[in-house]
Amino acid sequence: MRRSIPLVALALGTALTLTACGGSAEENGEEVETPAETEGEATGDGGTLTIWVDETRQAAVEAAAADFEAETGSTVETVLKNFEDIRADFNAQVPTGEGPDITVGAHDWLGELTSNGVVAPIELGEKAGEFETVAVEAFTQDGQVYGLPYAVENIALIRNTALAEEAPATWDEAVAAGEAAGTEYPILLQMDETGDPYTAYPLQTSFGAPVFEQNEDGSYSPELALGGENGTAFAEWLAEQGAAGTLDTAITYDVAVEAFANGQSPFIIGGPWMLDSFADLDLAIDPIPAPGSEPAQPFVGVAGFYVSGQSENTLLANDFLVNYMATEEAQLALYEAGARPPALVAAADSASSDPITAGFREVGADAVPMPSIPEMGSVWEFWGVTEAGIVSGSLEPVAGWEKMVSDIQGALDAS
Amino acid sequence: MSSHQPPTLTTPERPSAVTQPRTSHASTWGRGFLVKLALLAAVDALGVYGVLAAWSAESHGLLAVLVVLLVVANWVYFSRRALPLKYILPGLIFLLVFQIFVVLYTGWVAFTNYGDGHNSPKGQAVEALLVQNERRVEDSPAYPLTVIADGEELGFAILTDGGQVRVGTAEQPLEDAPEAEVSDGVVTAVPGFEVLPRPTVIERQAEVTTLRVPVSQDPEDGSIRTQDARSGYVYLSALEYDEAADTMTDVATGTVYRPNDDGQFEAEDGSTLGVGWRVFVGVDNFVTAFADARYATPFLKILAWTVAFAVLSVITTFLLGLFLAITFNDPRLHGRRIYRTLLILPYAIPGFLAALLWSGLLNRRFGFINDVLLGGAEIGWLTDPTLAKLSVLGVNLWLGFPYMFLICTGALQSIPGDVMEAARIDGAGRWRTWRSITLPLLLVSTTPLLISSFAFNFNNFTLIYMLTGGGPRFQDASVPLGHTDILISMVYAVSGVDGSAPKNYGLASALSIVVFLIVATVSAIAFKRTRSLEEIN
Repeated sequence: MRRSIPLVALALGTALTLTACGGSAEENGEEVETPAETEGEATGDGGTLTIWVDETRQAAVEAAAADFEAETGSTVETVLKNFEDIRADFNAQVPTGEGPDITVGAHDWLGELTSNGVVAPIELGEKAGEFETVAVEAFTQDGQVYGLPYAVENIALIRNTALAEEAPATWDEAVAAGEAAGTEYPILLQMDETGDPYTAYPLQTSFGAPVFEQNEDGSYSPELALGGENGTAFAEWLAEQGAAGTLDTAITYDVAVEAFANGQSPFIIGGPWMLDSFADLDLAIDPIPAPGSEPAQPFVGVAGFYVSGQSENTLLANDFLVNYMATEEAQLALYEAGARPPALVAAADSASSDPITAGFREVGADAVPMPSIPEMGSVWEFWGVTEAGIVSGSLEPVAGWEKMVSDIQGALDAS
Repeated sequence: MSSHQPPTLTTPERPSAVTQPRTSHASTWGRGFLVKLALLAAVDALGVYGVLAAWSAESHGLLAVLVVLLVVANWVYFSRRALPLKYILPGLIFLLVFQIFVVLYTGWVAFTNYGDGHNSPKGQAVEALLVQNERRVEDSPAYPLTVIADGEELGFAILTDGGQVRVGTAEQPLEDAPEAEVSDGVVTAVPGFEVLPRPTVIERQAEVTTLRVPVSQDPEDGSIRTQDARSGYVYLSALEYDEAADTMTDVATGTVYRPNDDGQFEAEDGSTLGVGWRVFVGVDNFVTAFADARYATPFLKILAWTVAFAVLSVITTFLLGLFLAITFNDPRLHGRRIYRTLLILPYAIPGFLAALLWSGLLNRRFGFINDVLLGGAEIGWLTDPTLAKLSVLGVNLWLGFPYMFLICTGALQSIPGDVMEAARIDGAGRWRTWRSITLPLLLVSTTPLLISSFAFNFNNFTLIYMLTGGGPRFQDASVPLGHTDILISMVYAVSGVDGSAPKNYGLASALSIVVFLIVATVSAIAFKRTRSLEEIN
């Protein structure tokens, strides 16, 4: 009796080891087969779709999934992730086959995701025309659409109507109106010690210095455009504003939001994510006042769903996204959860009954998509710190800006 | 415990220990054995569950490891010949999983080009290239599509704008099927084929989404494919993969792309296709790490600051901890326990949280220190290069002295009183006793901890990242590095893991190995010296 126990363990172990060896041999064999054959075995019933969502959007996605489950007999499993973790985790897990079928994401990840081969294109078909043009454009690369957009977000000028009655047309008007209001800050623009080039971007574009050259179809080419005379003009303006105290690197996001909520300024440049903090203020959303001669175009970020390039449920995934998430109902549910204007025109129209949403949407109509080319990653670090340095006076504007441009070029050449 | 003894022998409950000293509890039918059996059964159940999970997830490496561990565990605990292993096996397994595997994996990644653009194995990169370069023919209509089957072979039936039904399979290009039935704009029956119900389509979705039905005999007309089994579109492939030759061909221009050593398809003119794969690149990463001229000056500055930061952190925290330990070790002090507990408080706050709090406190304009304590002075605690370094050291002192205080208190209390007494009898004064007796004895027990503290601070990424983010930036460097960056935070920035450049995990791993070598060398030398210290005593 006692002896048999090691024997049983040994036998069991050997058997399992042998099956393991068999398994790995099979794996080697599978590599040369077409993916279709290996994937075919995985699903037996109506199929299970795994979707990564963040906390804000979980309920809305689950509501759409319930309809999908009822109509197709498939199961949808949502996995709650931190939005900040999704990009890296998706890149790391898709190649191992452990990734989700669908994930929420932002359009500016696109360049990285496609160069890593972890996303599959989505054919929107006739539905493409039902979305805001900028939303589909943002998810398009090389003529292919890679995501189903659900929300468009951009910054605008948020005005406290109790302190300023009219929308300012130019930056100087805004500053004058802010000074007339007698508040502590004429206008609030968040700017950390390391700068915030995203929020300051519309001011830069008004000087005609976009970050990259844009192709005719609206996509970006990796040619830097923020240098030259226009760029240095912006840098000099930053230095002036810094010296005048209108811009200040000590004004961080938290400081800016708190000051505006306390009525310490009639204007703040910011996005819909701030609105929760301003619940008891009477607000109006206006275009961003331009300091330069051209329109102040902020970046547009488009949020959407990506399909994994290694999904074993591509059919279910595409069916779910194109036929169940691109509906007015689903997009409105996401809008209610996230407060960003929906990407589907019909949904955006009905969301626009709220003047705040309509205001952001109107500003977004003239905005430019944030570049999704991988080169964009190399820009941020230099950009923000230089702006902050110029505003705080520690950098000489023209020389600092020119050095930044050449440093960015150096980083682009090196990678 | 021998085989000639029949198991049916009537013995008292625990005979082995008394009558046969060499017999272990764990191999007779005693209480101990039953406990062992139950514990191992639990371990085995967990292990088998893991094996089955790994099996169904098709992760074969994990499966093999689990099986081996399971077999080894059973062998060790049931065998009579593996007594020492019974004690060290759990430790060995944890060592294997949490240390050796991680080290080997990092070592392996250091010699590959794993990172953005080289994120997947080759097979997946080829797949991605093909699917990215398969384009819907511009302005081609969307056809309502039905999946049909002739036996095992799948096909598509589409409805054209003119209301015609066309049917085809992978081998058979589309042809008219006038007999087919249509209702509500969808094909519902095709003679000679079976219309697949939705559940079957989903079951065979991989086949459906990879099926290409040629529009005509001419391949330039493209093929029908579908992504949702509801609508079909005409697609043309811009790239073709020749599996035998392992080349990609651009259909339009005829350019042939061959795989190169960097894990990308490359044409003769040097242009490459977007998606690459992971390949072994030898020591390239180590060369890159030191070849980029942009990093030459900042690297030396950062190396110097890293060493200074680690050494000064150890010295300051140790001295303050020691001073407080001696003070609070004096029996004449009342309420020592309360003081000691209060002093340990910073140690109880998570390091990253404390660093974040301090970065708020030290804010130039709105921080508590400037705003309240210094009456609105705008001192750039974190923005001036020198002050930022002092701030980092100061915050680390605040974070680290309780630890030193704790170990010094323990070490002081373990110094035998008779040695002190002997010194006093020999006529040694207070200072002399302290310098010749207390300090050497204290150092014998604390030096290994000081060395590990040095190694920890050398890689104290959390503090730097949370407090200053490496800033303020070097104004004379062309790379995003700053005055308080230490080597490990430099690695984080250089390899793009922070998002400021395309991610390069290969480079990151190579650089961490370099950092490891530095820390290991310094620690090894220091440990050697400690041993000589012990010998003197």
